[in-house]
Amino acid sequence: MAERLVKVYSVFNRVWHWSQVASIFILLFTGLRVMGLHTLIPFKAAVVVHTAAALALLLLWAFATFWLFTTGAWRQFIPTRTGLRAVLRFYAWGVFRGEEHPYQKRLRRRHNPLQAVSYLALKLVLFPAIWSTGIVYLLHGVWMHLDPGGQGLWLVANLHVLAGFAIAAFVVVHVYLLTIGHGFREHVRPMITGFEKVALTPEQEAYLRADEPGRLKP
Amino acid sequence: MRISKRRIALILAAALAGGPCLGQSGEETAAPTSPPGAAQSPMASASTADHSKFKILQQSFASGPEVTAACLSCHTEASDQVMHSLHWTWDYTQPGTGTRLGKASVINSFCGNVAANEQRCTSCHAGYGWDDVREPAPTNPAQVDCLACHDRSGQYAKADNLAGHPPLDPVPADAKTITGADAWPVDLARAAQSVGPPGRDNCGNCHFNGGGGDNVKHGDLSSALLAPSRATDVHMSADGPNFTCDTCHVSDRHKVAGSRYDVLAHDARGLPDPGMRRDVATCESCHSAKPHKPTLIGLKLNDHADRIACQTCHIPEFARGGVATKTVWDWSTAGRLKDGKPYSIDGFTQSDGEALHTYLSTKGDFDWAENVVPVYAWFNGQVRYTTADTTIDPSAVVEINSVQGAREDPASRIWPFKRMEGRQAYDTVLNRLVHTQVWGPKTETAFWTNFDWGKSIQAAMDYVGAEYSGQFGFVDTHMYWPITHMVAPAADALDCQSCHAPDGRLADVAGIYMPGTGTPLGGRIGLALLLAALAGVGVHGALRLIRREGGKGGHHG
Repeated sequence: MAERLVKVYSVFNRVWHWSQVASIFILLFTGLRVMGLHTLIPFKAAVVVHTAAALALLLLWAFATFWLFTTGAWRQFIPTRTGLRAVLRFYAWGVFRGEEHPYQKRLRRRHNPLQAVSYLALKLVLFPAIWSTGIVYLLHGVWMHLDPGGQGLWLVANLHVLAGFAIAAFVVVHVYLLTIGHGFREHVRPMITGFEKVALTPEQEAYLRADEPGRLKP
Repeated sequence: MRISKRRIALILAAALAGGPCLGQSGEETAAPTSPPGAAQSPMASASTADHSKFKILQQSFASGPEVTAACLSCHTEASDQVMHSLHWTWDYTQPGTGTRLGKASVINSFCGNVAANEQRCTSCHAGYGWDDVREPAPTNPAQVDCLACHDRSGQYAKADNLAGHPPLDPVPADAKTITGADAWPVDLARAAQSVGPPGRDNCGNCHFNGGGGDNVKHGDLSSALLAPSRATDVHMSADGPNFTCDTCHVSDRHKVAGSRYDVLAHDARGLPDPGMRRDVATCESCHSAKPHKPTLIGLKLNDHADRIACQTCHIPEFARGGVATKTVWDWSTAGRLKDGKPYSIDGFTQSDGEALHTYLSTKGDFDWAENVVPVYAWFNGQVRYTTADTTIDPSAVVEINSVQGAREDPASRIWPFKRMEGRQAYDTVLNRLVHTQVWGPKTETAFWTNFDWGKSIQAAMDYVGAEYSGQFGFVDTHMYWPITHMVAPAADALDCQSCHAPDGRLADVAGIYMPGTGTPLGGRIGLALLLAALAGVGVHGALRLIRREGGKGGHHG
């Protein structure tokens, strides 16, 4: 097994990631304005931008979901227990003692087991929570006649806000974890260049060299 | 063109008649002519009849009813129609409660009550000579006042104390019209020959002056609407569609759409079917129930229209256009005299510089305001009235009319209101509002001549035949007036954050989730979660720094 710089994040993958970053920041900023936590922009502008950004992100998610399933990339997110304990132990203990990160990236497993399960939870719980409540909230006019007392509106709005904060909490931890190990820049760079150090078997390396030379950096 | 020709004709007529005229005699007070500029050009007349050519109108009428008789010779059903309208009956039995309402019965927080004050109050009746409202309005068809609504000469007027009759030659000194102007002798023939569809002045002579003066009562109906700027009324401005009142207040058989006693607070039907006649005075009947353009924000605003009345956002303030409205009227301080004589204090200066009374011995203390922010409430169009036989609780503010509606009620929307703060007389033993006699110059009981509440109340209660203990006091009252006129241009409509803010305009309107008004439960839990995450990474990072002595955690190589 030799560590090689391999292109693991395709252009679409990176565009998806960074558009999602931008959208989430816009949505958090405008969402907090609508909720009333700050008043840096007018309410109306916040509503318009929030709605437009949300619709754009929904469209992106539709494409991303399609991409995940057609390219088989979804397999990266299948949860596994193998090595999970070691990663958890590292973050809780080893990191304070200068130990190495126990996980070595593989071609078919670019996330460590903790990352994989976290991103899966993000995709299966937090994102669906935010977009389902968001769409129901946005379509209030369609069902408001069924909710004359406004309790439904209250519930949907509160769940939406709660999901938004949960995503913000994810962002905090996600960004913080980038500082662990090889350092922040090292961790961010692959999502910009697409290339990351991956442990390759001789067979994988031979295959890439022969059939996808562009994915290998000399 | 049209106006100038009419003006010239007016001046010529005045000169030929040799009547008093400012340039001629310089005697302004003797017998004023009609106010300059009062005559408005009628709507571009599409009529097939020129009333000045009718022989029956070319006579010298000696009274209003004589004119009406001439009108009825062609318009055979007109009086019958008018007599079935609220403009005539001043009597309305509220469906549901069975409460008898209408001007003839209700007590309000302005002049109080009509009974025992006729002649003065019925000066605004759409008829002639109703001098006892204990009886229904007159039944003689000739007593309908056609000219009050249809005169287009601009010089017809109703005197303020003749039960609806116009001031005729010779006009007594100090006589006033219902608008408070010095009265002039009305030329009935000229009025009769001028008739046309009602103009703003026709409606406004009474409706702008409710409560005894310009904009006193409604707050959104004032002389500012005679020639409003676009900012004052986007519909009635000459720079806009130049509507008259009856563009919206359509009528059928002299019954005019749009009643305060039975408001259509939520017109879900919107635009009429093709070819159907409009029968309501709602915004939706022209603008549809989904009036905003289908943009992101427009769709959201259309959702609002189900629960928020158009007026709430589009009439951001009332009493605009430079005419103040009366906001407080405390009758309890009336009757103070200086050297045995009534006096007045002019404590309010209107934006046009006019000084307004803030105290009158006859009426008590007032307060006025311009550009008033309304109060808001859920409103389903129904209003419960505190009438003369309602038992009140004098320890609290008495709601002269309480606005009905609730968020759970799909017929309700949040509406803007003028809240009138009053202090008025009640029976301290029976706990009921009392009638008062204020006008009646020749009696020994009328308050405005004798300044004795005891006599005034006793006389009015005897007059209406109501039970009265003889003990009276004054109680604080609130009265609510739905705001629906003076629609502002779209650019001046309320901004989102007028309401979507911690102390927004709807802060007092109970129980609906409004983002931006405060962090909701989900937000507080979420905020705690976010802070926990920040604290978690903070502690983790700090521990790393401490353990690694400033080095990068886990860094190798």
